[in-house]
Amino acid sequence: MFKTLMIILLSSVLVNNYVLSRFLGICPFLGVSKKLDQATGMGIAVTAVMLLATAVTWPIQYFLLDTIGLGYMQTIVFILVIASLVQMLELLLKRFSPALHKGLGVYLPLITTNCAVLGVAINNITDGYNFLESIVSSLGVGLGFLLAMVLFSGLRSRIDETNIPKPFKGLASTLIAASFISLAFMGFAGIVDKLFG
Amino acid sequence: MFKDIMIAFGVVAGIALILGVMLAVISRFFAVKEDEKLKAVRACLPGVNCGACGFKGCDDYAAAVTEGRAKPNLCVPGAETSARELGAVLGIEVETPEDVVAFVHCNGNCEATTRKADYTGVASCKAAAMIYGGPDACRFGCIGLGDCAAACPAGAICLKDGIAHVDTEKCLGCGLCQTICPKHIISMVPQETKDVVMCSNTDKGADARKVCKNACIGCKKCEKVCPNGAVTVENNLARVDHSKCVGCGLCAESCPTGCMKKVIFPDIPEGVDPREIIKDASV
Repeated sequence: MFKTLMIILLSSVLVNNYVLSRFLGICPFLGVSKKLDQATGMGIAVTAVMLLATAVTWPIQYFLLDTIGLGYMQTIVFILVIASLVQMLELLLKRFSPALHKGLGVYLPLITTNCAVLGVAINNITDGYNFLESIVSSLGVGLGFLLAMVLFSGLRSRIDETNIPKPFKGLASTLIAASFISLAFMGFAGIVDKLFG
Repeated sequence: MFKDIMIAFGVVAGIALILGVMLAVISRFFAVKEDEKLKAVRACLPGVNCGACGFKGCDDYAAAVTEGRAKPNLCVPGAETSARELGAVLGIEVETPEDVVAFVHCNGNCEATTRKADYTGVASCKAAAMIYGGPDACRFGCIGLGDCAAACPAGAICLKDGIAHVDTEKCLGCGLCQTICPKHIISMVPQETKDVVMCSNTDKGADARKVCKNACIGCKKCEKVCPNGAVTVENNLARVDHSKCVGCGLCAESCPTGCMKKVIFPDIPEGVDPREIIKDASV
């Protein structure tokens, strides 16, 4: 049991990193990775939203949609539920924890049904995970996103400080750097199975 | 067939309704009461977050003004307009702040001065200044890598011939460039300024002249010629007391190196909201 959960966790952080291997959630990855503190805030917000979304969408899928044969409405129902949940979370944070709201609040509206968040919810169902496995998997994906954001923001600040040729300035060098990080993460393929094998 | 569609429709509509009601309830009962006064105060400020007031940004300053922790005339970009509107919102009399613009006290352009080294490091004055005081021959002059231009929220500073120039029409007077310049050669001068010294070199005349053709050599001609005693030479460098200067231009005529200059700063025309200018400038 524990072994399965660890495999799910590690493989969703490293091997199946949503940003770098599955190319989901590229928009915040490129948009908010200029500074380390912003990248960290975004990563934590995404992790929290992913956990919450999975905790809610998993029961909806198995106890509501599947029982009345509405599995094909998955995408639209999930979008609806996640978007409203994030809104609620923001309102409640603003009321009960202004400090947390100040840190995460700006990022929350940005990720209401970000494709990575929706992707986690749907993939957990497609992979046939049970509830606990789904939660662990979304935690792993969130942490993987955080890791990718932090790594990339570090890389970007290094790029900003160097003299690079004019045609590569700005987005061009950012995209090339992203592809290199992605290539590096491809190297993790197969490592997790061996670890526990 | 029709039944299936209706079931799908009903379920999604039901979920949407439940969520909608929950959102409405939460936003109604857990709403954070925002101070109406704070909103009104914030609306008076330009929103460039320049920090000239000494607070973290316009929001922070608005909160401070609302709570009475700060004076309402500290906003430099908003100047008179903001101060007057704030006074109206708060119902108090406000002294309007003095209009100031940034001025670069250096005229060591490419023709006048030379470099003692070729600098190829990080393109930032601050970094360059750490290596033997910068690559320029004059250790007081403008390095010309544009830290001030990068800091300027209004895009009012441009680099020409190796030194920074302030477009006084765009300058908000926030003073960010003054803080960031590692050589401290930018100062805030009143908008009515008429005569200025375009040099910051306090070396002795011969040494100053050796590194820059336009340097102030501290000859005191301007001090002698000024009818109002507005110009004084301290530490081999002329300084103008703007409160005494009437703008006769005699000092500029007498200056042998041309480091005294007569200037006319364009004033923001009457009735124009400075915040509009900021908006145009930031686009």
